[in-house]
Formats: sequence, C-alpha cells, structure tokens
Amino acid sequence: MENTKLAEIASQVRRDILRMVHAVSSGHPGGSLGCADFLTFLYFEKLRFDSNNFTMDGKNEDLFFLSNGHISPVWYSVLARSGYFPVAELATFRKLSSRLQGHPSTDKKLPGIRMASGSLGQGLSVAIGAAISKKLNQDSHLVFTLHGDGELQEGQIWEAAMYAAANKVDNLIATIDFNGRQIDGDVEQVLPLGNLYDKWKAFGWEVLEMDGHNFDEIRSVMLKAISLTGKGKPIVIIMKTEMGQGVDFMMGTHKWHGSAPNDQQLEAALAQLQETLGDY
Amino acid sequence: MEIEILGHKDTRSGFGEGLAELGRTNPNVLALCADLTGSLKMDAFLKENPDRFFQIGIAEANMMGIAAGMTIGGKIPFTGTFANFSTGRVYDQIRQSIAYSQKNVKICASHAGLTLGEDGATHQILEDIGMMRMLPNMTVIVPADFNQTKQATIAIADHQGPVYLRFGRPVMPIFVKPDAPFIIGKADVIKEGNDVTIIACGHLVWKSIEAIKILDAQGISVELINMHTIKPLDEAAILASVAKTKCVVSAEEHMINGGLGEAVSQVLSRNMPVPQEFVGVNDSFGESGTPMELMTKYGIDTQNIISAVLKVLARKG
Repeated sequence: MENTKLAEIASQVRRDILRMVHAVSSGHPGGSLGCADFLTFLYFEKLRFDSNNFTMDGKNEDLFFLSNGHISPVWYSVLARSGYFPVAELATFRKLSSRLQGHPSTDKKLPGIRMASGSLGQGLSVAIGAAISKKLNQDSHLVFTLHGDGELQEGQIWEAAMYAAANKVDNLIATIDFNGRQIDGDVEQVLPLGNLYDKWKAFGWEVLEMDGHNFDEIRSVMLKAISLTGKGKPIVIIMKTEMGQGVDFMMGTHKWHGSAPNDQQLEAALAQLQETLGDY
Repeated sequence: MEIEILGHKDTRSGFGEGLAELGRTNPNVLALCADLTGSLKMDAFLKENPDRFFQIGIAEANMMGIAAGMTIGGKIPFTGTFANFSTGRVYDQIRQSIAYSQKNVKICASHAGLTLGEDGATHQILEDIGMMRMLPNMTVIVPADFNQTKQATIAIADHQGPVYLRFGRPVMPIFVKPDAPFIIGKADVIKEGNDVTIIACGHLVWKSIEAIKILDAQGISVELINMHTIKPLDEAAILASVAKTKCVVSAEEHMINGGLGEAVSQVLSRNMPVPQEFVGVNDSFGESGTPMELMTKYGIDTQNIISAVLKVLARKG
C-alpha cells in the first residue's frame, strides 16, 4: 500500500482513538496514538487474515496478540477499519454490555480478538503457545505480538524470552513499543530497562530496530523480520515511538498515558488530524 | 458395608496413566511440565510422544500462558506441576489467559494438600480448590483414588473449557472400579444410608469409608457421596440425600474456608437448611511430617470424620 494511503488510514485511526476515549472520559490515548502507524501498517499491508470469517483457531492466517491491552482503542479502530466489525460499534467503547471492553477480551466475542489482555506480561507466552500450535498444525503463517516497554518490567516476559529462544520458536515476531514512558513517568525513572538491544540479544533473539512512525522503515524492517523467520530464532523489533504521536500537546509527556481529553482538548486534537475515511 | 480394596497406588500415577492413554488416542493432547516430569508421572507420555511434550522449565507463569496460546489452533494442553505452583503462583495468568479467555487448558495439579508431607507448608497448598472454584468458566475436579484420577484425566480431554484437576502424592487404597463411568458434575453415591450424609472428595473419601466401618458398628447408617466434581456441583445429589438424612458432614483435604464444604453449605442454605459439620483444615498452614501424621494433627483423619458425624447427629436431634 502507498505510504500516503497508510497515512490517511492512520489519521482516521487516531481520530477514532481520541473520540472513543473522549466519549467515556477514560481509556489510554497516549500509547494508542503512538502505535497507530504500526498497527495500520500491520493490518492494512502485512497480516494475512480474513476479517469476514473470523475463527478463534485462526488456521492458515497470521495471528496478532496485543499484550499491552490498555491500548485497546487503537486495536479496536484498526480491527473495525479492517472489516472485523462495524465501525459504528466503536461508539460503544467501554460502555455497559459493549463488545469493546476497556481491555480486550474474548468473552463478548468481538471478532479479531483471541485472548484477553490487560494484566501485563502475559502476551508473549500466549504467542509462543500459538506459534507452537501453528508448527504442530504445519501452518506456515506467522504470529505477531506487541508489547509496551514498561511491560518488560514483568518477569514473565523474560521467562517467555528464554523459552522461545531455547526452543527455536522462529515463527514469532514480537514488537516492543519503545516510547520510554509509563504511568508514573519515564521508564528510565520508574525502572530502567538497561540496554534493551543487548538484553534480547543475550536471550538469543534476532533483534531489529525501527522508527515506528516512518512507513518506509516499518516496511523494510518488517520485511527483514519476516525474512528471518524459520531460521531457528525468534525475532524482536524494538520500535521507537512517541507516546501521543500526531497530537502536539499529547507528545513529549507521559500525562496522556491513561487520561482522556476534555471537549476543548478533543477539538484541538482533531483539528490536527484529517478525517479521511469518515468518522464513525 | 463391603468396599473392596483393589490395590494401592498414588492418584498422581492415575493421572500419568490417563495422560499416557490420551497420548495414544487423541493427537491434539499436548503435555507441558515445569521441571517435575517424574513427580507428575508424565514420563510415559513423554517417552511415547516426545514431539507433543513441552519441558517449560521452572517458569509456571510462562507455562500457563503457552498452554493458553496452544489452544488457538485446536490443541488440548495439559499442564503439570505441584498444586501450589499450578494455582497460587499463577492465579492471574489462569484468571486472564485461561478462565476469562475461555481457553481449553487442563491444569493438572499434583501434591495437593497436607499429604505432600515432609516438604512442609510452602508446598502444601490448602487454598487451591477455593481459588479455582471462584473463577468463572472453571471446572474443578478432585478424584478420589488412582482409578478415578485416570478416568477423570481421560474425561476432561473431551470436555471443552478450562479444568482444574487436583490429585496427590501418597499411596492410598484403590476402591473405584477401573471400568466405573466418570461423568463430570455427576457425584458417585458410594453407599446409601439414612442417618447422615458424608460428602467427601479426594483422599478424604477413603478416610470416610474407614469412618463408616466404625460408625456402622455403632448402628449409624451413613450415606457417602464421593463429590469428585466440586464445580459444577451436583446439587441434585446433595439435596436428594439430605432430604433423607437431614444432616451433612463435609470432608476434604483443604481449608474449610473456600472448599467443598462451603460449596455444599451454599446449596443447603438456599434450598434445604440442615445442620452441617466441616472436616477440613481450620485456617492454618501445615508443616513437615508424614502424610498420615499431618492428617491426624490437622484434623482431617478418620477420627475427625467420626466425631463430626456424632456431633451433627446430636445437633439434628
């Protein structure tokens, strides 16, 4: 897909995110905005799936797991814009009886979601299991995950990292949303991750890096990552992003991790983002 | 009452045999273990199906997550480790990735309760039934002996949804017939009687059989229900029995708080309030000792069941 087209979709996704969290005065816009470009690229250019015939087993499809479930707004928007469910349903986000729970879940049967997430650190293990299942089923499709950088403070991530490398889970591409911020402040202040590149290397992974807001770079690094699958090592991409990307006053701070804009802030934010596919 | 002893084995070996049989009959069954393959008696499955056995290492949280992920694609993962590391250590992983996500994972837990013995309280979990039965979507099964554990292991592979299967370490008498049917959620009435109902699970079923021999001699007619499925609980079996006996003793190798007895009393208080006595561990951690010493010291032995029966009969009046 052309970069201009991807950018148009991402702009609409960002509008969706802001309008969703504004409508219920809750949710997590910061990380959602930061991952809008990546998830747009993934769903509109890279992943192989059939959004009209969602199955839990996802055989002969690529699978995506969102481990940092709090950025559900961006995932819901991308899923809806990909045809998994009606775009109008985005208006139910976080409301009673909605399929769009605050954090992603399977129990209300929202197409596109195969695992609840929100309690952090669990998605990499889940993805490893799904990747093993694919191998056992002789299914050559891939498993993709997204994790927060703060989420890497959870020990289970490193249990999973150790396991995947030791057992050559090489049909798995994990991406880290490396925005450097978490609820209480900068990751460097809360609990520094040290040299993330070296850590993953030491755990036996292929490690790639990319700018999560540059479609050319996302495309080339994802191609590289896919070319590295099937070679005995799991792959991780450290993706540099800006929390709040696309809205000037939401960038450069952790303040918008879990706060919704008020009416005036929403108006100011939407003025910076072109409506391209039509608001829901 | 004549209950024939068919042999003596540990319930974990029943799990091992059941799992091995599943390995031969169901190609979707996978086994995962967190460095306790021998203790869980998973060796036979491993030997016959090395490509479907996953050694996770000492990383139980990762094991639960991997198992949850494996179900996507139609696999039926059985996780194996001690009951403590199968529940308390990984409660949130089970809660989010298995129970809430409705994943078809079978959590198989050995060395449950006091009868783990000498390792002491760090390993003797007595809260696991409570934790697991509180989780929506979770089925909780505590089979009574070797044969029933084997039957339950085989049965849960055909049940769609998360299951907690609890068994133990010590060698105990076998009394369930090897060809007895095992139906999840359907209690076994081991013996009919008119004066008092004992509702027991796990090793306490055998202890109840021992107690009944003594109570029989005193002319007390006991009905014994082996409540191998704690959730969903066979309410009809409880109410049918209690309609006749008008009093209940529950018996389990677990905390009184949160266990089988509490589940039973909830059914009774809603439908048919009658006196109930609870044989279980009373808000206490265990300690090192032999299994039988511990059962005596912590009040879950044959004598405790007899005392509870006499007490509840006195209350019934």
